[in-house]
Amino acid sequence: MNNNDPTNKPNSVPPTPHLLQSASKAGVPWRVVHPDESANQASSPHVPSPRLTTFPVPRETSYLIAAIGLTKAYRKHKTEVPGLKGVDFAAERGKITAIIGQSGSGKSTLLHLLGTLDRPDEGEIAFDGARIDSLPARQRDRFRNQQLGMIFQFYHLLPELTLLENVLAPAMIGNGALHYWRHRRSIIDRAKHLIELVGLSHRLKHRPRELSGGEMQRTAIARALVTNPSLLLADEPTGNLDQDTGASILQLLRNLNGEHGLTIVMVTHDESIAGQCDAVVRLKGGKVERLGPAPLRSLI
Amino acid sequence: MYKFLLCLRYLKTRWIALASIVSVTLGVATLIVVNSVMDGFTTQMQDRMHGILSDIVVESRSSVGIAQPGWYEERIRARLGDSLSGVTTVVTLPAMMTFQHNGTSHTQHINLIGIDQKTYATVSDFSKYLLHPENREKLDFVLKQTGYAPDRKRLQPSGWEYRKPVSRYRKASADNLREEKQIEEARYHDLQEQIKAQEPEGDDSALGSLMAGPSIQIQNGAQQVKGFDAEFDQRTGIVLGIGLGSVRGREPDGSVDDFFYLRPGDDVAVTFPNAGTPPRGINESFTIVDFYESKMSEYDSTFAFVPIEKLQQSRGMIDPRTGAGAVTSIQIKLKPGADLNAARDVLRDEFPVSHEFVEVRSWKETQGPLLAAVQLETTILNILLFMIIAVAGFGILATFFMIVVEKTRDIGILKSLGATGPGIATIFLGYGVLLGTVGAGVGVLCGLAFVWKINDIARVIEWITGREVFDPTVYYFDTIPTIIHPFMLVWVTIGAILIAVLASVLPSIRAARMHPVEALRYE
Repeated sequence: MNNNDPTNKPNSVPPTPHLLQSASKAGVPWRVVHPDESANQASSPHVPSPRLTTFPVPRETSYLIAAIGLTKAYRKHKTEVPGLKGVDFAAERGKITAIIGQSGSGKSTLLHLLGTLDRPDEGEIAFDGARIDSLPARQRDRFRNQQLGMIFQFYHLLPELTLLENVLAPAMIGNGALHYWRHRRSIIDRAKHLIELVGLSHRLKHRPRELSGGEMQRTAIARALVTNPSLLLADEPTGNLDQDTGASILQLLRNLNGEHGLTIVMVTHDESIAGQCDAVVRLKGGKVERLGPAPLRSLI
Repeated sequence: MYKFLLCLRYLKTRWIALASIVSVTLGVATLIVVNSVMDGFTTQMQDRMHGILSDIVVESRSSVGIAQPGWYEERIRARLGDSLSGVTTVVTLPAMMTFQHNGTSHTQHINLIGIDQKTYATVSDFSKYLLHPENREKLDFVLKQTGYAPDRKRLQPSGWEYRKPVSRYRKASADNLREEKQIEEARYHDLQEQIKAQEPEGDDSALGSLMAGPSIQIQNGAQQVKGFDAEFDQRTGIVLGIGLGSVRGREPDGSVDDFFYLRPGDDVAVTFPNAGTPPRGINESFTIVDFYESKMSEYDSTFAFVPIEKLQQSRGMIDPRTGAGAVTSIQIKLKPGADLNAARDVLRDEFPVSHEFVEVRSWKETQGPLLAAVQLETTILNILLFMIIAVAGFGILATFFMIVVEKTRDIGILKSLGATGPGIATIFLGYGVLLGTVGAGVGVLCGLAFVWKINDIARVIEWITGREVFDPTVYYFDTIPTIIHPFMLVWVTIGAILIAVLASVLPSIRAARMHPVEALRYE
């Protein structure tokens, strides 16, 4: 399996990315190196790169997505509003990782960078051992479509499409018209299966505006999963829902995580939600304030 | 796939965009109507002109004309060979026609055309424009008993049915007049006798001769020619353009009709120059044997046809040694599909202007200015109407920008789902194509429906505005002629769709370049 192609589905037995290293000068954008090798290179005077990035991911754990030194600044009317100021991040495979912080702490920005919707000013992001932030636009689009599912606070469903069509949208985008048409049966079956999973089978033909908030978020979850991604990015998925509905959405996410092994990165500002996650990354003012429970804390 | 789906959905839900393509629809419909009517008009006109004018004319400008038409005909036949369909010789003259109506004398300018009735029909559609069915079969310049367009009430009676009673009446009134004169004279004579008896020595013979003089010279047209009786005899036949014998006007109820002041059976006097130098006017009387109605007002109101031999004799165009008559022009008809310009060039080569005093012209050149004017008018109208569609294009541009802004969040969503920039652009381009197609399609249908029912629509507009849209007294057509060229339809449709697509290019690029994060945050 080629680790440099992030569009490939992660292997059931993933490789152990020990060290991720930028070696763009060598023509390889990103590759996995062993510590000894890395040490050799680091000590060697022939290494041309001035910012040799080592990524201390332990050999025995597998991190699906990891980022280092992320910096992102937004410009508004020529004044720089700092977004992120050197953030390291890693999310373990098969776990739920929460990003928590106040408004303006940069947590959504981080999520957007992880989701390749935006590019960091500095820093690198690796997905399943391969660098994704430096990919050309088309490959990033494909990566988003194949490997990522995203859900948002405001659901972001397409108002013109029915529930079923909304769920099918990523599959339509990912497949050419002809391919989609040939495989439409299996794709639609999968979409219906997912809709059943989120408990909305009775609303297939409804438009988003005819759905409640919880139903829209469930639709968004089904949509996020239709291309069978390995990572789900959730941007305050319960932020716009009442307590009970929010709880049921969280339960749904937890089930997906537990039963299907879906890796989830969730942005929230709710401490109680963050407390139920496997790991927590706390952001403040564009920097990591404190790492959450054990596995992550050992990273740095 | 999603692109197509979204295009369709946007089309179904964004009515504002449909409003913006109404102008495309209207532009397309107008283009089709204008082109159809102009084409119909031009084609009708060309058909008629072509029918009337024959394909190529070899013409002499001299008053004597072409002295050996037979020799010319041979050369024409030799050069054109198989592509030749018919040749005829013609004498054309400017002339003056005089006739009596309601006791007053009228004079009109006419184009007097002497035709060879055996061959003339082979070069032009002359016969089918005649009123009498027998003349349409074969013209013999003989007045028919009756049967001149029986459906025209205002033309009845005509032919011998009209000539006989009128001549009888004129003769009778002339007889009455003569009788009255004789009685008058007798009374006058008696009176003079009485005066003489009373004044026996006075010499007033001068007075008597003066007063008696005019009474001898009472004249009557019918009695001028010895042995000619208008009730039973006709003069040489003449076929008049219908506009020379009638006025187009309206009945009290508003319907358009021709009011005839001359009809078959009437006599007219025609004055034309002879072939001498200097030319002298020759007076000849003709009997109208039919009318000629080509519905081209220019021709209908000037053309008068007579037998060529009559003109040749009267003008002195017959060579006394050979007995061959000279002609002023030779008219040539080509077989269908023959190259008009090539044939003309061949004849020009055969009869170069530097050597022969004849001119070779095709019918298109004869009517060149008129055809060119119509062509120019069509071209300018097309340009103007396409400008209208271009303006509609800017409307589409503005609307599309609004839609792209309105759909900013959707664009962000699609990008977050992995849609590429070109993919997003395709949605809006496709939307443009779809809108253009719908607009142009509806426009084509509207235009075709309009053309199909154009005369009814004209009538409705007349009824609403009270003004004549298409005045048959002016155009000589009862209905508005239309022709729809499929090529024109395709051309207009493609043009309209292209403008819609061009107008959607900029908004599409903008949509494609939208930053996904900013688009998602857009409220």
